[in-house]
Amino acid sequence: MAEIVLRNLRKTFGKVVAIRDLSLDVADGEFLVLLGPSGCGKTTTLRAIAGLEVLDRGTIRIGGRDVTRLPPGKRGIAMVFQSYAVFPHMRVYDNIVFGLRMRGIPLAEQRRRALAAAELLQITDVLDRYPAQLSGGQRQRVAVARAIVMEPDVLLMDEPLSNLDALLRLHMRAELKRLHREVGSTTVYVTHDQVEAMSLGDRIAVMRDGEIVQCDTPQRIYDDPANVFVGSFIGSPPMNFLRGVLDGAGGIRLGDTVLPVPVAYQPALGAQRDPEVLVGIPPEHIVVGAGPLVAEVVVSEPLGPSKLLTLRTHGQLLKVTVRADHPAAPGDVVHMDFPPAHVRLMDPKTERALPRTGP
Amino acid sequence: MTARRLGLYAASTVIAAWVLLPLALIALAALTPREELYRWPRPLWPDRFTAEGMLFFVHQARVLRALWNSVLVAGLTIALALGLAAPAAYALVRYRFRGREALQLGILATKMFPATVLSVPLAVVLIRLNLYDTLFGVALVHTSLSIPFVTLIVASVFAGVPYELEEAALTLGCSRLQAFLRITLPIALPGLAAAATFTFILSWNEVFAATILTLDNRTLPALLIHSVLSEGAPLYFRYAGGLFLVLPAVVILLLIRRYLLTLWGVTVR
Repeated sequence: MAEIVLRNLRKTFGKVVAIRDLSLDVADGEFLVLLGPSGCGKTTTLRAIAGLEVLDRGTIRIGGRDVTRLPPGKRGIAMVFQSYAVFPHMRVYDNIVFGLRMRGIPLAEQRRRALAAAELLQITDVLDRYPAQLSGGQRQRVAVARAIVMEPDVLLMDEPLSNLDALLRLHMRAELKRLHREVGSTTVYVTHDQVEAMSLGDRIAVMRDGEIVQCDTPQRIYDDPANVFVGSFIGSPPMNFLRGVLDGAGGIRLGDTVLPVPVAYQPALGAQRDPEVLVGIPPEHIVVGAGPLVAEVVVSEPLGPSKLLTLRTHGQLLKVTVRADHPAAPGDVVHMDFPPAHVRLMDPKTERALPRTGP
Repeated sequence: MTARRLGLYAASTVIAAWVLLPLALIALAALTPREELYRWPRPLWPDRFTAEGMLFFVHQARVLRALWNSVLVAGLTIALALGLAAPAAYALVRYRFRGREALQLGILATKMFPATVLSVPLAVVLIRLNLYDTLFGVALVHTSLSIPFVTLIVASVFAGVPYELEEAALTLGCSRLQAFLRITLPIALPGLAAAATFTFILSWNEVFAATILTLDNRTLPALLIHSVLSEGAPLYFRYAGGLFLVLPAVVILLLIRRYLLTLWGVTVR
């Protein structure tokens, strides 16, 4: 069993706070993604788990063992670096068994594990090449193979796909998911790519300014972002936010249009003093064609399977995904509706989601 | 465009000639028969080439001893300079510590003191330490002369090895020392070899300290200076000695020129 327990981690570099006060539990065998923009502390958190950063305070436990003061090699972790960090002066095979050699694993066992990992990652025929003779994708596979032969309790990955081209990235993403299913190590994966996070993670921890803003399953993060930051980070394009005013009679005024307050928000909004709200709505859930809202089409971008419209309503811009054959053209005036089940209301001052009851 | 090119070639030719002409003249003179050297006017191109001057030079017992001394001093200097500079360079590159930049500047600043000014106090100190007229004493001085450059060179070599490689080794069970020995050192080896040969040339060619600090245990340059200045050695001896001193440096520089150039941030294929 190798669950990870992080408690009150803090790390500063001079005056810069990289991790503010971070606590997180990762279950055994879970695939957890740390997601956030650059500088949010996600990589520092990963490196702290690896033991490559010395924390200001806080404790790290892996499989019930306090590893806070242990060196990286004694934590039962293996790591895949963003630059792959494949040793250039060793052949692929020697790269893969390097860690096993350091552990003093018997030669026959080294060979067995290395061949199994090479098989799994389809690099069997490049085992006696040097890294300089490999493509980026192959080097990446070597780095992953070198990590998994260690049979680590915890597998750490720092943006492993960011140096690959788009097509290869798509391919490797599925490969990594299959790999996790077959190897079963508890995995912590750092990325700034929300699509990658959604597709890979059992859970996603969204980070900002050294703190975890929200940690939940991809679907729940997508459905119920905890605040404006998460909402405008997840989804492509992300959730739209429009400024509206509560009219005190169960409605939200957007300009001269009044939308009903969704049922799930009605109990909470009685206590809401501030009449201003942010109305959040994902681009793919906006209904275009009929409804109380009137908007002008500003831009129309065909994307192949769908079409992305930029609309202006009451002086605010929003993105809408529609069918590829939707006739809307720039300059057209369209009607639209926000289905209440998909509307998410946020407090414009705190930028947090307003409490919802029911589903 | 062509005019600029012409100017570039002209400048290159002048600079190359400035460096190469004396070398060529020494080489020609060293291979000229003895009697021809004293003829007047002496022909630039000898009637025939001969190695007798070189052989005469090499066959002298004191020359052989001085040669051996030079090699010993250079070897010692390499060991001492790399042994001291490599850890310093590693620390400068890998660690952020208080006073790091001041230290870096300080290392270079030692080059501001001319050796001439230091020579007398240096001789006094070496006499006090019982190191005067010993090869070890000369090697110590050569070490201190070369450490600033060697530190700089080795630091740039270490900086060229990504730190992530060492971190990867750490996560795979290495200690810091093991990570250095198994990853950084082998990758840095060609660069370190370049630094070592650079140190060799520096020590091999160093004449001032070697002359001041030795009497009997002379290195090759010190012996030559002494025999030319105090003993008025014959011309063929001078030329042969000159060529003999220059040759290793030229050969080594040819071998490591790629590394020397990369040190200054230029890559040559």
